Amino acid sequence: MSMEIIYGMPLFLIAALSVIVLLVDAFTGKNKAVAYYFSIISLLAVAVSAAISLNTNIPKSGFDTTITGNNITFGGYAAFFDIIFSLAGVMTIFASKPYMKREFKEYKEYYSLVMFAVAGMIMVSHANSMLMLFIGIELMSFSFYVLAGFIRTRITAVESSLKYFLLGSFASGFLVYGIAMIYGATGSMILPDILNKITTGNFDITYLKVGFALMLVGLAFKAAAFPFHQWAPDVYHGAPTVSTGFMSTAGKAAALIAFVIVAKSVLPVNISVESVTSGSLELSKFTDSARMVIAVISAITMLIGNISALVQKNVKRMLAYSSVAHAGYLLMGIVANNQDGWAGIMFYATAYLFMQIGSFVIVGIIEQNNERMNFDDYTGLRKNHPWIAALMAIFMFSLAGIPPFAGFPGKYMLFVAAVESGYTWLTIIAVISSVISMYFYIGLVLTMYFKDNENGLIITDISSAKIPLAISFVFVFLLGILPGSLIDLAKSLF
Amino acid sequence: MLQSIPLEYYLIISAVIFIIGSIGVITRRNAIIIFMSIELMLNAVNLTLVSFSSFLGDVSGQIFVFFVMSVAAAEAAIGLAIILALFRSKQTIYVDEVNLLKW
Amino acid sequence: MTLSVVLFAVLSILAIASALVTITSKHPIRSAMGLVFHFFMLAGLYLTLSAQFIAALQVLVYAGAIMVLVIFVIMLLNLGDEEKLKYKVNPRQVIGIFLGAALLVMLGTIYVTNVSVAGFNKEIAANIGTAQFLGNELYTKYIFPVEAIGILLTAAIVGAIVLAKRKLN
Repeated sequence: MSMEIIYGMPLFLIAALSVIVLLVDAFTGKNKAVAYYFSIISLLAVAVSAAISLNTNIPKSGFDTTITGNNITFGGYAAFFDIIFSLAGVMTIFASKPYMKREFKEYKEYYSLVMFAVAGMIMVSHANSMLMLFIGIELMSFSFYVLAGFIRTRITAVESSLKYFLLGSFASGFLVYGIAMIYGATGSMILPDILNKITTGNFDITYLKVGFALMLVGLAFKAAAFPFHQWAPDVYHGAPTVSTGFMSTAGKAAALIAFVIVAKSVLPVNISVESVTSGSLELSKFTDSARMVIAVISAITMLIGNISALVQKNVKRMLAYSSVAHAGYLLMGIVANNQDGWAGIMFYATAYLFMQIGSFVIVGIIEQNNERMNFDDYTGLRKNHPWIAALMAIFMFSLAGIPPFAGFPGKYMLFVAAVESGYTWLTIIAVISSVISMYFYIGLVLTMYFKDNENGLIITDISSAKIPLAISFVFVFLLGILPGSLIDLAKSLF
Repeated sequence: MLQSIPLEYYLIISAVIFIIGSIGVITRRNAIIIFMSIELMLNAVNLTLVSFSSFLGDVSGQIFVFFVMSVAAAEAAIGLAIILALFRSKQTIYVDEVNLLKW
Repeated sequence: MTLSVVLFAVLSILAIASALVTITSKHPIRSAMGLVFHFFMLAGLYLTLSAQFIAALQVLVYAGAIMVLVIFVIMLLNLGDEEKLKYKVNPRQVIGIFLGAALLVMLGTIYVTNVSVAGFNKEIAANIGTAQFLGNELYTKYIFPVEAIGILLTAAIVGAIVLAKRKLN
């Protein structure tokens, strides 16, 4: 057996298991538990194999290209994101069982769709060519379109699915057009080849500019960044809450990792001064202006997300806008365009994933029949369910970036990376918008703790949703008090 | 007098088709016609890829077209299923009549 | 003017015209027919680029499979003409046409200023465009993406069934 099979194990495992879970589902008939446990165990197996390949020393080159055709990479940041994405899948499946049981009777396919989405994300993080990047993003998006409309009898869900589908495919059109133009500029689809051709000046600058601009449109849409963010609040609001938690966290992390992969090869960090050709000056000008455009997008995204979240009465919609704002923070790492920035994205995406899934799981526990999602419904939560209120408060503090929770070191890393690469104004805007965001995050905590309601909220069915809450809490807390090891890991992986 | 057609002519044709498609997406209200406009955009991209592939003498562009076609086929299945689900619950496929959520 | 130039001109004008028919027709069936015609014209353009296999796939997959599905759904839903727009001037249309025109002018000037006269090497292009060459590449170097696209199609089928099922058990 050649070594690629072992190094690429998480990728091959998820690819095989996501299809096998369908067969398991088909052959076990009415017994819903088998497919449920099978998908959880599969995702955990993927996480374990990713952890193993993260700890093995994988050579950078010398692979037999007949198996992979240089289309995928192994180990490193890809293995790290495999773990994160499979954990997100596990948490979503745990949380979805009580939610779907209550809101909708049929939900067996839900698990396999979550697995397909995780497979897509893992393909994105392993992508070494534009081809795998495209297939991964599309596989993820298709699963999301269905997950958003999964409760097909609920009109808001179907509507959000339609909206997501039409705008998502529109954005995919821009993404592939961008890929085509970058291919035309460099003559290659393999990302290291593209980087090589760009640094050696062996490319066409006009096509590269057009291609990057078009890809920026597509990727900004997938990450829900300004000016392509309007779909996000509506889709996240209309979709079933467990799906929203999954789409707005793992989906966003996958879009950002795609962004990093593209930026790493199209916006070279160090253009060698020795080989000064006429093209290299123009190239560095292009790189600078591209970073500037992304910085402006990032600034407007966080401001718009946080300011719109201020006026929301509905907790789910408020969290949807806050997820737009977080895309803005994460983009700061792309602006920095160096190891620190990418490590910051990795850390903050991890932290964000756990705190946001945690808060969406709580929204999903409280909600009933698409109701009970307003701020008023959360009054007096402390009295009836002190544990849930405490967890929600922790997630809110973490989202606001208050120490000692995971959001703080993550934001700190991104802010420092942006300052060090000369974008101090962007950091100032980020700090201002973080302060704005405190208002509504802490507002929710105050509502839960200090407003009383005589017939307070009664939660009937938590069951397996406890598990994702516990996982989220552990990570949010641990990453908050001991961020060092993950920061070191993140910096060593890029 | 033109002896052979330069690359840029193909690129201009595909840019025109791409933009016709995107205008269709933004201006039409029938979800099926919006879907067809998206197919137009993907086809324009395919033309770009094939022309680059032929002019560069490199096969990966045509391989990519193969995958874009597969994705378009999958998109057709999912998109039409969503439109069907919408029609069942709302009896309309006009995107401006579905506004429980702000469109 | 050689024959290939005339052929290119005719095919591309017809392709653009049928694309316009697709986005302007009131009746969805007329749009769909315009799109089918457009797909055939594009297949012709692929032939002028010596991409025979892609041209064949274009007809088989797009005109043969995707459009049949679209027309089937249009017939199933029994859609008629789009009623008159409620607003005389729809802001979305104005914005759309404006943005489209701006993008077109931008891309057009970029491409026109970049024009070179060189054609492509017909021999190499004809060689890579064959089914044999592409098939060989697909099932050796691109075997993993081919498997991945299989997963994508499976996911799409599962998703379509989930969404389009009528009854709740």
